[in-house]
Amino acid sequence: MSSVLHDYWAYFLVGQYPNGPLGGLALTLLLGVSAVTLALPFGVLLGLARLSPWRALRWPVMALVYVVRGSPLLMVVFWAYFFMPGSSGRGNSQFATMLAALVVFNGAYLAEIVRSGLEALPRGQLEAARSLGLGYLQAMRHVVLPQALRNVLPSLVSQLVVTIKETSLGYIIGLTEFTFIATQVDSQLITHSTAVYTLVALTYFALCGGLSLLARRLDARSGPQAGPRPGGWAQARRAVPA
Amino acid sequence: MQLAGAFPILQGKYGDWFLSGFIESLQLLGWALLLALPLGLLLAVGRSATSRLARAPATAYVQFLRNIPVMVQLLFWYFAAPQLLPAFVRAALYRHGAEFPCAVLALGLYAAAFVSEDLLSGLRAIPRAQYEAASALGMGRWQSLRRVILPQALRNSLPALASQALTLWKNTSLATVIGASELMYQTQKVETESFRGAEAFAVATVLYLAVSTLITGLGVVAERWRPVHAR
Repeated sequence: MSSVLHDYWAYFLVGQYPNGPLGGLALTLLLGVSAVTLALPFGVLLGLARLSPWRALRWPVMALVYVVRGSPLLMVVFWAYFFMPGSSGRGNSQFATMLAALVVFNGAYLAEIVRSGLEALPRGQLEAARSLGLGYLQAMRHVVLPQALRNVLPSLVSQLVVTIKETSLGYIIGLTEFTFIATQVDSQLITHSTAVYTLVALTYFALCGGLSLLARRLDARSGPQAGPRPGGWAQARRAVPA
Repeated sequence: MQLAGAFPILQGKYGDWFLSGFIESLQLLGWALLLALPLGLLLAVGRSATSRLARAPATAYVQFLRNIPVMVQLLFWYFAAPQLLPAFVRAALYRHGAEFPCAVLALGLYAAAFVSEDLLSGLRAIPRAQYEAASALGMGRWQSLRRVILPQALRNSLPALASQALTLWKNTSLATVIGASELMYQTQKVETESFRGAEAFAVATVLYLAVSTLITGLGVVAERWRPVHAR
Protein backbone atom coordinates (compact mmCIF):
# COMPACT_ATOMS: atom_id res chain seq x y z
CA MET A 1 0.00 0.00 0.00
CA SER A 2 2.87 2.36 0.82
CA SER A 3 4.44 1.83 -2.63
CA VAL A 4 1.11 2.69 -4.28
CA LEU A 5 0.91 5.78 -2.13
CA HIS A 6 4.52 6.69 -2.86
CA ASP A 7 4.13 6.48 -6.62
CA TYR A 8 0.67 7.89 -7.05
CA TRP A 9 -0.03 10.30 -4.20
CA ALA A 10 -0.10 13.39 -6.43
CA TYR A 11 -2.37 11.63 -8.93
CA PHE A 12 -4.76 10.67 -6.12
CA LEU A 13 -4.77 14.21 -4.74
CA VAL A 14 -5.15 16.39 -7.83
CA GLY A 15 -5.31 14.11 -10.87
CA GLN A 16 -3.26 15.32 -13.82
CA TYR A 17 -3.24 18.91 -12.60
CA PRO A 18 -1.34 21.18 -13.44
CA ASN A 19 -0.60 19.36 -16.72
CA GLY A 20 -4.24 18.43 -17.22
CA PRO A 21 -7.66 19.01 -15.70
CA LEU A 22 -8.02 19.02 -11.93
CA GLY A 23 -9.01 15.63 -10.56
CA GLY A 24 -8.67 13.31 -7.60
CA LEU A 25 -9.54 14.16 -4.05
CA ALA A 26 -9.42 17.90 -4.79
CA LEU A 27 -12.11 17.51 -7.45
CA THR A 28 -14.20 15.34 -5.12
CA LEU A 29 -14.08 18.07 -2.46
CA LEU A 30 -14.74 20.86 -4.95
CA LEU A 31 -17.73 18.99 -6.36
CA GLY A 32 -19.09 18.16 -2.90
CA VAL A 33 -18.82 21.69 -1.59
CA SER A 34 -20.26 23.25 -4.77
CA ALA A 35 -23.16 20.80 -4.81
CA VAL A 36 -24.11 21.47 -1.18
CA THR A 37 -23.79 25.24 -1.65
CA LEU A 38 -26.07 25.23 -4.69
CA ALA A 39 -28.50 22.56 -3.46
CA LEU A 40 -29.50 24.65 -0.46
CA PRO A 41 -30.97 27.63 -2.33
CA PHE A 42 -32.41 25.29 -4.96
CA GLY A 43 -34.07 23.18 -2.28
CA VAL A 44 -35.49 26.27 -0.59
CA LEU A 45 -36.96 27.44 -3.89
CA LEU A 46 -38.48 24.01 -4.54
CA GLY A 47 -39.82 23.85 -0.99
CA LEU A 48 -41.44 27.25 -1.36
CA ALA A 49 -42.87 26.28 -4.74
CA ARG A 50 -44.35 23.11 -3.20
CA LEU A 51 -46.43 25.35 -0.91
CA SER A 52 -47.08 28.06 -3.46
CA PRO A 53 -50.67 29.26 -3.87
CA TRP A 54 -50.33 28.82 -7.65
CA ARG A 55 -51.21 25.38 -8.89
CA ALA A 56 -49.21 25.88 -12.10
CA LEU A 57 -46.09 26.15 -9.96
CA ARG A 58 -47.01 23.68 -7.23
CA TRP A 59 -47.87 20.65 -9.35
CA PRO A 60 -44.85 20.46 -11.65
CA VAL A 61 -42.54 20.89 -8.66
CA MET A 62 -44.47 18.24 -6.76
CA ALA A 63 -44.03 15.85 -9.70
CA LEU A 64 -40.33 16.66 -9.97
CA VAL A 65 -39.73 16.05 -6.28
CA TYR A 66 -41.69 12.78 -6.41
CA VAL A 67 -39.80 11.47 -9.43
CA VAL A 68 -36.36 12.49 -8.19
CA ARG A 69 -36.87 11.07 -4.72
CA GLY A 70 -38.13 7.77 -6.09
CA SER A 71 -35.28 7.37 -8.56
CA PRO A 72 -31.71 6.27 -7.97
CA LEU A 73 -29.14 9.06 -8.11
CA LEU A 74 -27.57 7.22 -11.04
CA MET A 75 -30.82 7.63 -12.97
CA VAL A 76 -30.73 11.36 -12.30
CA VAL A 77 -27.10 11.44 -13.43
CA PHE A 78 -28.01 9.72 -16.70
CA TRP A 79 -30.89 12.13 -17.28
CA ALA A 80 -28.59 15.05 -16.60
CA TYR A 81 -26.01 13.57 -18.95
CA PHE A 82 -28.70 13.24 -21.58
CA PHE A 83 -30.03 16.76 -21.24
CA MET A 84 -26.87 18.73 -20.60
CA PRO A 85 -25.76 20.48 -23.76
CA GLY A 86 -22.46 19.27 -25.14
CA SER A 87 -22.03 16.63 -22.49
CA SER A 88 -20.53 14.27 -25.04
CA GLY A 89 -17.61 16.65 -25.52
CA ARG A 90 -14.45 16.68 -23.50
CA GLY A 91 -13.24 18.94 -20.72
CA ASN A 92 -15.17 19.61 -17.58
CA SER A 93 -18.65 19.01 -18.91
CA GLN A 94 -18.80 15.86 -16.77
CA PHE A 95 -18.28 18.12 -13.79
CA ALA A 96 -21.25 20.25 -14.83
CA THR A 97 -23.36 17.14 -15.43
CA MET A 98 -22.53 15.65 -12.06
CA LEU A 99 -23.03 18.99 -10.33
CA ALA A 100 -26.45 19.43 -11.94
CA ALA A 101 -27.48 15.90 -10.94
CA LEU A 102 -26.31 16.35 -7.34
CA VAL A 103 -28.02 19.74 -7.01
CA VAL A 104 -31.33 18.44 -8.36
CA PHE A 105 -31.15 15.22 -6.32
CA ASN A 106 -30.23 16.90 -3.04
CA GLY A 107 -32.48 19.87 -3.78
CA ALA A 108 -35.47 17.54 -4.05
CA TYR A 109 -34.69 16.00 -0.67
CA LEU A 110 -34.12 19.38 0.86
CA ALA A 111 -37.39 20.67 -0.60
CA GLU A 112 -39.30 18.16 1.54
CA ILE A 113 -37.41 19.20 4.64
CA VAL A 114 -37.99 22.89 3.94
CA ARG A 115 -41.64 22.15 3.27
CA SER A 116 -42.09 20.26 6.54
CA GLY A 117 -40.23 23.06 8.33
CA LEU A 118 -42.58 25.60 6.81
CA GLU A 119 -45.67 23.55 7.56
CA ALA A 120 -44.60 23.05 11.15
CA LEU A 121 -44.57 26.80 11.66
CA PRO A 122 -47.87 28.18 13.01
CA ARG A 123 -49.92 29.96 10.34
CA GLY A 124 -50.06 32.93 12.70
CA GLN A 125 -46.45 33.76 11.85
CA LEU A 126 -47.23 34.50 8.23
CA GLU A 127 -50.49 36.23 9.12
CA ALA A 128 -48.80 38.43 11.74
CA ALA A 129 -46.07 39.37 9.27
CA ARG A 130 -48.64 40.20 6.60
CA SER A 131 -50.69 42.27 9.04
CA LEU A 132 -47.55 44.26 9.82
CA GLY A 133 -47.65 45.33 6.20
CA LEU A 134 -45.02 42.99 4.76
CA GLY A 135 -45.67 41.52 1.33
CA TYR A 136 -45.81 37.73 0.80
CA LEU A 137 -42.19 37.48 -0.33
CA GLN A 138 -41.00 39.91 2.35
CA ALA A 139 -42.82 37.96 5.05
CA MET A 140 -41.29 34.73 3.74
CA ARG A 141 -37.80 36.19 3.66
CA HIS A 142 -37.75 38.02 6.98
CA VAL A 143 -40.11 36.05 9.20
CA VAL A 144 -41.03 32.58 7.96
CA LEU A 145 -37.91 31.24 6.23
CA PRO A 146 -35.42 32.18 8.98
CA GLN A 147 -37.49 30.18 11.44
CA ALA A 148 -38.08 27.24 9.13
CA LEU A 149 -34.44 27.06 8.04
CA ARG A 150 -32.92 27.39 11.49
CA ASN A 151 -32.99 23.63 11.79
CA VAL A 152 -31.55 23.04 8.35
CA LEU A 153 -28.56 25.35 8.20
CA PRO A 154 -26.38 23.88 10.98
CA SER A 155 -26.54 20.45 9.38
CA LEU A 156 -24.74 21.55 6.25
CA VAL A 157 -21.67 19.63 7.34
CA SER A 158 -23.49 16.33 7.65
CA GLN A 159 -25.04 17.01 4.28
CA LEU A 160 -21.54 17.52 2.91
CA VAL A 161 -20.64 14.01 4.08
CA VAL A 162 -23.59 12.51 2.22
CA THR A 163 -22.77 14.52 -0.89
CA ILE A 164 -19.08 13.61 -0.88
CA LYS A 165 -20.08 9.96 -0.86
CA GLU A 166 -22.43 10.63 -3.75
CA THR A 167 -19.73 12.31 -5.85
CA SER A 168 -18.19 8.86 -6.33
CA LEU A 169 -20.91 8.23 -8.94
CA GLY A 170 -19.02 10.66 -11.16
CA TYR A 171 -16.77 7.71 -11.93
CA ILE A 172 -19.52 6.17 -14.05
CA ILE A 173 -19.69 9.15 -16.42
CA GLY A 174 -15.91 9.46 -16.54
CA LEU A 175 -15.45 12.39 -14.19
CA THR A 176 -11.88 12.19 -12.91
CA GLU A 177 -12.76 12.39 -9.23
CA PHE A 178 -11.17 10.29 -6.50
CA THR A 179 -12.88 6.96 -7.25
CA PHE A 180 -12.19 7.32 -10.97
CA ILE A 181 -8.50 7.93 -10.26
CA ALA A 182 -8.50 4.82 -8.08
CA THR A 183 -9.85 2.66 -10.89
CA GLN A 184 -7.22 4.14 -13.23
CA VAL A 185 -4.41 3.39 -10.83
CA ASP A 186 -5.84 -0.08 -10.26
CA SER A 187 -5.88 -0.90 -13.97
CA GLN A 188 -2.31 0.39 -14.37
CA LEU A 189 -0.98 -1.72 -11.52
CA ILE A 190 -3.25 -4.74 -12.18
CA THR A 191 -2.11 -6.79 -9.19
CA HIS A 192 -2.51 -4.22 -6.41
CA SER A 193 -6.31 -3.97 -6.27
CA THR A 194 -6.50 -4.73 -2.57
CA ALA A 195 -3.98 -2.02 -1.70
CA VAL A 196 -5.57 0.56 -4.01
CA TYR A 197 -9.14 0.09 -2.86
CA THR A 198 -8.19 -0.20 0.81
CA LEU A 199 -6.32 3.08 0.47
CA VAL A 200 -9.32 4.71 -1.19
CA ALA A 201 -11.73 3.36 1.43
CA LEU A 202 -9.50 4.60 4.25
CA THR A 203 -9.21 8.05 2.67
CA TYR A 204 -12.98 8.40 2.30
CA PHE A 205 -13.37 7.14 5.85
CA ALA A 206 -10.90 9.70 7.21
CA LEU A 207 -12.55 12.51 5.27
CA CYS A 208 -16.21 11.64 5.87
CA GLY A 209 -15.64 10.29 9.39
CA GLY A 210 -13.80 13.47 10.33
CA LEU A 211 -16.55 15.64 8.91
CA SER A 212 -19.22 13.55 10.68
CA LEU A 213 -17.38 14.08 13.94
CA LEU A 214 -17.26 17.82 13.26
CA ALA A 215 -20.97 17.82 12.47
CA ARG A 216 -21.73 16.13 15.78
CA ARG A 217 -19.61 18.70 17.64
CA LEU A 218 -21.43 21.55 15.92
CA ASP A 219 -24.75 19.91 16.68
CA ALA A 220 -23.90 19.60 20.35
CA ARG A 221 -22.77 23.21 20.46
CA SER A 222 -25.92 24.58 18.86
CA GLY A 223 -27.65 23.22 21.97
CA PRO A 224 -31.30 22.83 22.86
CA GLN A 225 -32.17 26.13 21.19
CA ALA A 226 -31.94 24.50 17.82
CA GLY A 227 -34.48 21.86 18.79
CA PRO A 228 -34.47 18.12 18.11
CA ARG A 229 -32.52 17.58 14.91
CA PRO A 230 -30.08 14.76 15.61
CA GLY A 231 -28.62 13.94 12.21
CA GLY A 232 -29.36 16.94 10.07
CA TRP A 233 -30.61 16.41 6.55
CA ALA A 234 -29.09 13.02 6.38
CA GLN A 235 -31.22 11.93 9.31
CA ALA A 236 -34.27 13.76 8.04
CA ARG A 237 -33.79 12.11 4.65
CA ARG A 238 -34.17 8.77 6.30
CA ALA A 239 -36.98 9.82 8.59
CA VAL A 240 -39.20 11.41 5.96
CA PRO A 241 -40.63 8.78 3.63
CA ALA A 242 -40.16 9.73 -0.01
CA MET B 1 -48.18 -7.92 -24.59
CA GLN B 2 -50.70 -5.16 -25.30
CA LEU B 3 -48.55 -2.55 -23.59
CA ALA B 4 -45.49 -3.39 -25.64
CA GLY B 5 -47.36 -2.62 -28.86
CA ALA B 6 -47.69 1.03 -27.95
CA PHE B 7 -44.03 1.40 -27.01
CA PRO B 8 -41.48 0.09 -29.52
CA ILE B 9 -38.79 0.21 -26.84
CA LEU B 10 -40.62 -2.54 -24.93
CA GLN B 11 -40.82 -4.88 -27.90
CA GLY B 12 -38.76 -7.94 -28.68
CA LYS B 13 -35.41 -8.36 -27.00
CA TYR B 14 -35.49 -4.89 -25.46
CA GLY B 15 -38.56 -5.83 -23.48
CA ASP B 16 -36.86 -9.05 -22.38
CA TRP B 17 -33.76 -7.15 -21.30
CA PHE B 18 -35.74 -4.69 -19.23
CA LEU B 19 -37.69 -7.51 -17.64
CA SER B 20 -34.63 -9.58 -16.75
CA GLY B 21 -32.88 -6.47 -15.38
CA PHE B 22 -35.92 -5.57 -13.31
CA ILE B 23 -36.10 -9.08 -11.88
CA GLU B 24 -32.40 -9.10 -11.07
CA SER B 25 -32.72 -5.72 -9.34
CA LEU B 26 -35.56 -7.08 -7.23
CA GLN B 27 -33.44 -10.13 -6.41
CA LEU B 28 -30.57 -7.87 -5.37
CA LEU B 29 -32.97 -5.98 -3.12
CA GLY B 30 -34.31 -9.17 -1.59
CA TRP B 31 -30.98 -10.85 -0.91
CA ALA B 32 -29.35 -7.67 0.37
CA LEU B 33 -32.27 -7.12 2.76
CA LEU B 34 -31.95 -10.70 3.91
CA LEU B 35 -28.33 -9.95 4.78
CA ALA B 36 -28.84 -6.43 6.16
CA LEU B 37 -31.76 -7.05 8.53
CA PRO B 38 -30.31 -9.81 10.75
CA LEU B 39 -26.84 -8.24 10.67
CA GLY B 40 -28.30 -4.82 11.49
CA LEU B 41 -30.22 -6.36 14.39
CA LEU B 42 -27.09 -8.04 15.68
CA LEU B 43 -25.18 -4.75 15.43
CA ALA B 44 -27.95 -2.81 17.18
CA VAL B 45 -28.08 -5.28 20.05
CA GLY B 46 -24.28 -5.17 20.22
CA ARG B 47 -24.23 -1.40 20.33
CA SER B 48 -26.82 -1.24 23.08
CA ALA B 49 -24.97 -3.82 25.19
CA THR B 50 -23.44 -2.82 28.50
CA SER B 51 -20.26 -4.75 27.81
CA ARG B 52 -17.64 -2.76 25.99
CA LEU B 53 -16.40 -5.91 24.28
CA ALA B 54 -19.69 -6.16 22.41
CA ARG B 55 -20.13 -2.44 21.87
CA ALA B 56 -16.75 -1.50 20.40
CA PRO B 57 -16.72 -3.78 17.32
CA ALA B 58 -20.34 -3.02 16.49
CA THR B 59 -19.75 0.73 16.76
CA ALA B 60 -16.57 0.49 14.70
CA TYR B 61 -18.37 -1.46 11.98
CA VAL B 62 -21.14 1.11 11.68
CA GLN B 63 -18.85 4.15 11.75
CA PHE B 64 -16.51 2.62 9.20
CA LEU B 65 -19.00 1.39 6.65
CA ARG B 66 -21.33 4.36 6.69
CA ASN B 67 -18.50 6.78 5.96
CA ILE B 68 -17.30 5.04 2.79
CA PRO B 69 -19.25 5.49 -0.46
CA VAL B 70 -21.20 2.37 -1.36
CA MET B 71 -19.68 2.69 -4.84
CA VAL B 72 -16.20 2.18 -3.40
CA GLN B 73 -17.47 -0.75 -1.34
CA LEU B 74 -18.87 -2.38 -4.47
CA LEU B 75 -15.53 -1.96 -6.24
CA PHE B 76 -13.73 -3.28 -3.18
CA TRP B 77 -15.76 -6.46 -2.87
CA TYR B 78 -15.58 -7.20 -6.57
CA PHE B 79 -12.02 -6.20 -7.50
CA ALA B 80 -10.03 -6.12 -4.28
CA ALA B 81 -11.41 -8.72 -1.87
CA PRO B 82 -11.12 -11.73 -4.24
CA GLN B 83 -7.37 -10.99 -4.55
CA LEU B 84 -7.02 -12.10 -0.96
CA LEU B 85 -8.38 -15.53 -1.88
CA PRO B 86 -6.23 -18.36 -3.25
CA ALA B 87 -5.89 -18.17 -7.04
CA PHE B 88 -7.99 -21.23 -7.83
CA VAL B 89 -10.86 -20.07 -5.62
CA ARG B 90 -10.72 -16.67 -7.27
CA ALA B 91 -10.75 -18.17 -10.73
CA ALA B 92 -13.74 -20.33 -9.87
CA LEU B 93 -15.51 -17.31 -8.40
CA TYR B 94 -15.09 -15.16 -11.49
CA ARG B 95 -15.95 -18.09 -13.75
CA HIS B 96 -19.28 -18.59 -12.03
CA GLY B 97 -20.11 -14.90 -12.08
CA ALA B 98 -19.05 -13.05 -8.97
CA GLU B 99 -21.01 -9.90 -9.88
CA PHE B 100 -24.28 -10.79 -8.22
CA PRO B 101 -22.92 -12.21 -4.93
CA CYS B 102 -20.42 -9.35 -4.62
CA ALA B 103 -23.17 -6.79 -5.20
CA VAL B 104 -25.38 -8.46 -2.57
CA LEU B 105 -22.49 -8.49 -0.13
CA ALA B 106 -21.56 -4.83 -0.67
CA LEU B 107 -25.12 -3.50 -0.67
CA GLY B 108 -26.17 -5.67 2.27
CA LEU B 109 -23.19 -4.87 4.48
CA TYR B 110 -23.60 -1.15 3.75
CA ALA B 111 -27.33 -1.19 4.46
CA ALA B 112 -26.77 -3.13 7.70
CA ALA B 113 -24.90 -0.15 9.16
CA PHE B 114 -27.91 2.11 8.58
CA VAL B 115 -30.42 -0.53 9.63
CA SER B 116 -28.59 -0.86 12.95
CA GLU B 117 -28.86 2.91 13.48
CA ASP B 118 -32.63 2.74 13.03
CA LEU B 119 -33.02 -0.33 15.21
CA LEU B 120 -30.86 1.28 17.87
CA SER B 121 -33.08 4.35 18.04
CA GLY B 122 -36.05 1.98 18.11
CA LEU B 123 -34.46 0.22 21.07
CA ARG B 124 -33.73 3.50 22.81
CA ALA B 125 -37.34 4.61 22.43
CA ILE B 126 -38.51 1.73 24.65
CA PRO B 127 -39.33 3.14 28.08
CA ARG B 128 -37.16 1.85 30.96
CA ALA B 129 -40.26 0.59 32.67
CA GLN B 130 -40.61 -2.11 30.00
CA TYR B 131 -37.25 -3.61 31.01
CA GLU B 132 -38.17 -3.35 34.68
CA ALA B 133 -41.58 -4.89 34.11
CA ALA B 134 -40.04 -7.78 32.18
CA SER B 135 -37.50 -8.49 34.91
CA ALA B 136 -40.22 -8.13 37.56
CA LEU B 137 -42.04 -10.95 35.76
CA GLY B 138 -38.94 -13.08 36.28
CA MET B 139 -37.54 -12.87 32.77
CA GLY B 140 -33.80 -12.96 32.23
CA ARG B 141 -31.89 -10.50 30.05
CA TRP B 142 -32.18 -12.52 26.83
CA GLN B 143 -35.74 -13.53 27.44
CA SER B 144 -36.93 -9.99 28.07
CA LEU B 145 -34.99 -8.77 25.05
CA ARG B 146 -36.52 -11.40 22.82
CA ARG B 147 -40.08 -11.35 24.11
CA VAL B 148 -40.65 -7.81 25.30
CA ILE B 149 -38.12 -5.31 24.05
CA LEU B 150 -37.27 -6.40 20.51
CA PRO B 151 -40.83 -6.90 19.26
CA GLN B 152 -41.66 -3.35 20.30
CA ALA B 153 -38.36 -1.93 19.04
CA LEU B 154 -38.90 -3.58 15.66
CA ARG B 155 -42.36 -2.12 15.37
CA ASN B 156 -40.96 1.26 16.36
CA SER B 157 -38.36 1.06 13.64
CA LEU B 158 -40.56 -0.21 10.82
CA PRO B 159 -41.15 3.17 9.12
CA ALA B 160 -37.43 3.94 9.26
CA LEU B 161 -36.64 0.46 7.96
CA ALA B 162 -38.99 1.01 5.03
CA SER B 163 -37.00 4.13 4.31
CA GLN B 164 -33.79 2.08 4.38
CA ALA B 165 -35.33 -0.45 2.03
CA LEU B 166 -36.08 2.41 -0.34
CA THR B 167 -32.49 3.62 -0.19
CA LEU B 168 -31.30 0.06 -0.76
CA TRP B 169 -33.60 -0.30 -3.76
CA LYS B 170 -32.11 2.83 -5.27
CA ASN B 171 -28.57 1.70 -4.44
CA THR B 172 -29.06 -1.55 -6.37
CA SER B 173 -28.62 0.57 -9.51
CA LEU B 174 -24.95 1.03 -8.61
CA ALA B 175 -24.28 -2.68 -9.08
CA THR B 176 -24.00 -1.90 -12.78
CA VAL B 177 -20.43 -0.67 -12.14
CA ILE B 178 -19.27 -4.20 -11.38
CA GLY B 179 -21.30 -5.59 -14.26
CA ALA B 180 -24.23 -7.14 -12.41
CA SER B 181 -26.94 -7.37 -15.06
CA GLU B 182 -29.58 -5.48 -13.09
CA LEU B 183 -32.01 -2.88 -14.43
CA MET B 184 -29.52 -0.06 -14.90
CA TYR B 185 -27.09 -2.36 -16.70
CA GLN B 186 -29.82 -3.58 -19.04
CA THR B 187 -31.01 -0.03 -19.61
CA GLN B 188 -27.54 1.02 -20.72
CA LYS B 189 -27.46 -2.04 -22.97
CA VAL B 190 -30.79 -1.10 -24.54
CA GLU B 191 -29.62 2.48 -24.94
CA THR B 192 -26.38 1.57 -26.70
CA GLU B 193 -28.10 -0.82 -29.03
CA SER B 194 -31.30 1.08 -29.85
CA PHE B 195 -29.97 4.65 -29.73
CA ARG B 196 -33.21 5.55 -27.96
CA GLY B 197 -31.71 7.01 -24.79
CA ALA B 198 -34.68 9.01 -23.56
CA GLU B 199 -37.11 6.13 -24.02
CA ALA B 200 -34.82 3.62 -22.34
CA PHE B 201 -34.24 5.93 -19.39
CA ALA B 202 -37.97 6.63 -19.16
CA VAL B 203 -38.77 2.92 -18.91
CA ALA B 204 -36.16 2.44 -16.20
CA THR B 205 -37.35 5.50 -14.30
CA VAL B 206 -40.94 4.22 -14.33
CA LEU B 207 -39.84 0.80 -13.08
CA TYR B 208 -37.70 2.29 -10.30
CA LEU B 209 -40.53 4.65 -9.33
CA ALA B 210 -43.06 1.82 -9.21
CA VAL B 211 -41.10 -0.13 -6.61
CA SER B 212 -40.15 3.06 -4.72
CA THR B 213 -43.83 3.99 -4.49
CA LEU B 214 -44.68 0.52 -3.23
CA ILE B 215 -42.00 0.66 -0.53
CA THR B 216 -43.08 4.17 0.49
CA GLY B 217 -46.65 2.89 0.77
CA LEU B 218 -45.50 0.07 3.04
CA GLY B 219 -43.73 2.68 5.18
CA VAL B 220 -46.97 4.62 5.56
CA VAL B 221 -48.78 1.44 6.63
CA ALA B 222 -45.98 0.67 9.10
CA GLU B 223 -46.28 4.16 10.57
CA ARG B 224 -49.88 3.38 11.62
CA TRP B 225 -48.80 0.12 13.17
CA ARG B 226 -46.38 1.62 15.68
CA PRO B 227 -46.99 1.16 19.38
CA VAL B 228 -48.91 4.02 20.96
CA HIS B 229 -46.15 5.37 23.22
CA ALA B 230 -43.81 5.93 20.29
CA ARG B 231 -46.14 8.09 18.24
